[in-house]
Amino acid sequence: MSTPVEQAFRDHWGRVLAALIGFLGDFERAEEAAQEAFAIAAERWPRDGAPDHPAAWLLTTGRNRAINRIRRERALAAKLPLLEPPRPQADQPAIPDERLELIFTCCHPALAVEAQVALTLRTLGGLTTEQIARAFLVPEATMAQRLVRAKRKVKAAGIPFRVPEGETLRERLGGVLAVVYLIFNAGYSAPPAQGELAAEAIRLGRALAELLPAEAEAHGLLALMVLHDARHDARVREGELVLLADQDRSLWDAERLAEGRALLERALALGGRGPYVVQAAIAALHAQDPPDWPQLAALYGELARLTGSPVVELNRAIAVAEAEGPAAGLALADALPLERFHYLHATRGELLGRLGRDAEARDAYRRALALVHDDAERRLLERRLAALG
Amino acid sequence: MRYLLLIHQGETPTPRDPEAWARLSEAEQQAVFADYQAINQTPGVTPGEQMGPPEAATTVRVEDGRPLVTDGPFAAMKEALGGYLFYEADDLDAAIALAARIPAARLGGAVEVRPVGGW
Repeated sequence: MSTPVEQAFRDHWGRVLAALIGFLGDFERAEEAAQEAFAIAAERWPRDGAPDHPAAWLLTTGRNRAINRIRRERALAAKLPLLEPPRPQADQPAIPDERLELIFTCCHPALAVEAQVALTLRTLGGLTTEQIARAFLVPEATMAQRLVRAKRKVKAAGIPFRVPEGETLRERLGGVLAVVYLIFNAGYSAPPAQGELAAEAIRLGRALAELLPAEAEAHGLLALMVLHDARHDARVREGELVLLADQDRSLWDAERLAEGRALLERALALGGRGPYVVQAAIAALHAQDPPDWPQLAALYGELARLTGSPVVELNRAIAVAEAEGPAAGLALADALPLERFHYLHATRGELLGRLGRDAEARDAYRRALALVHDDAERRLLERRLAALG
Repeated sequence: MRYLLLIHQGETPTPRDPEAWARLSEAEQQAVFADYQAINQTPGVTPGEQMGPPEAATTVRVEDGRPLVTDGPFAAMKEALGGYLFYEADDLDAAIALAARIPAARLGGAVEVRPVGGW
């Protein structure tokens, strides 16, 4: 059981902080004010009971604290004209939702991608610097500095706190979605300690889909993450990676799969044919029993056309191998410029094995092993090599 | 906010190099002139003065308290600065939108946007 303050933190941190940034026009001040508001809540709510509208209470408290602080700093004359008089709040649950402004600010292309990721997790996710540092395997001091620099650049360079419009919205949305997906993948492929990142990314994805209801790609990304997440428990068995085809389907979360499919339907209904919608469609097909391989091969072809990625072509080769036989898949894989990529060699090993060309298959697995870094993946390759005898 | 837009010509053909300039069609050349004119007349823009060619540049560094003077533009910068302008804009997005209209940005060069003043 979590306390009301913990619950409010999870539910409202991003929104309260976004509203404070919108009000104060300053990340650092807003963060201080939000922290103070939650600290006061932690002190008062257990004693006086939680307010009816926690987000409004937190925003009002943070806002008042910030104004008091600015007054104390005697910057009254210079800064007060920037502040609107605080509206009466206590019984007014409607607070401005400026999370969208905040995420477009955090993911502005004038910031380095690592800074975008860190800032998004800190501000919208409410993760601590220490948690973000741990998730991305960098020292806490490095992450702290990255965050400080990012906040300074937002202020010094005049990065706007605004949702872009028209053509710019489309361009920038791509960047925002990429940051969310990067956070998801950092959490998804990682040990459980980083699992919180995947959950955080899904929360961000939900907020984006809710705030940009007409953007098919926002729904597509959410669908993609939810569909992947539904299979999460089946991906690892006793610390070992399990290939999709070998996964225990009873471990798939049926409810989540259904939700992911519904989200995908929504994205398709909006006319979505972008990379996230196509990837979600692929993930949904993979979750069918048996998968529709010709359809998967076509979708991978579509995705390769959208992204120009040879890695996607490799996936297409695998789908073609299932649909038309290993020789057809192998011919496609052999043409790809992915010499340094262990999945290419692992795939060739698998297809050569199916064709009964065991000696070549063994060579391919050995090449894959020479390139792989991840321990769980290494053990998987070793098992497959050993299975060839 | 006030921004300084530094125009790095890079591979951009300019009238200074008649051979490279001639590779642009008449229409493209006219577009470059028209675009610069439109930018210079955009409200908020203070055009920079025309800069001499990089060959006319001299770079000054101070080492051990003495000026170390070398011929040419600052060597650490691969492409010489070709021009500059000031722009009074609401925010970075407005400055980026103007920078994107500068022909050098699409013809092989780049524009660096820096806030100025207010420090």
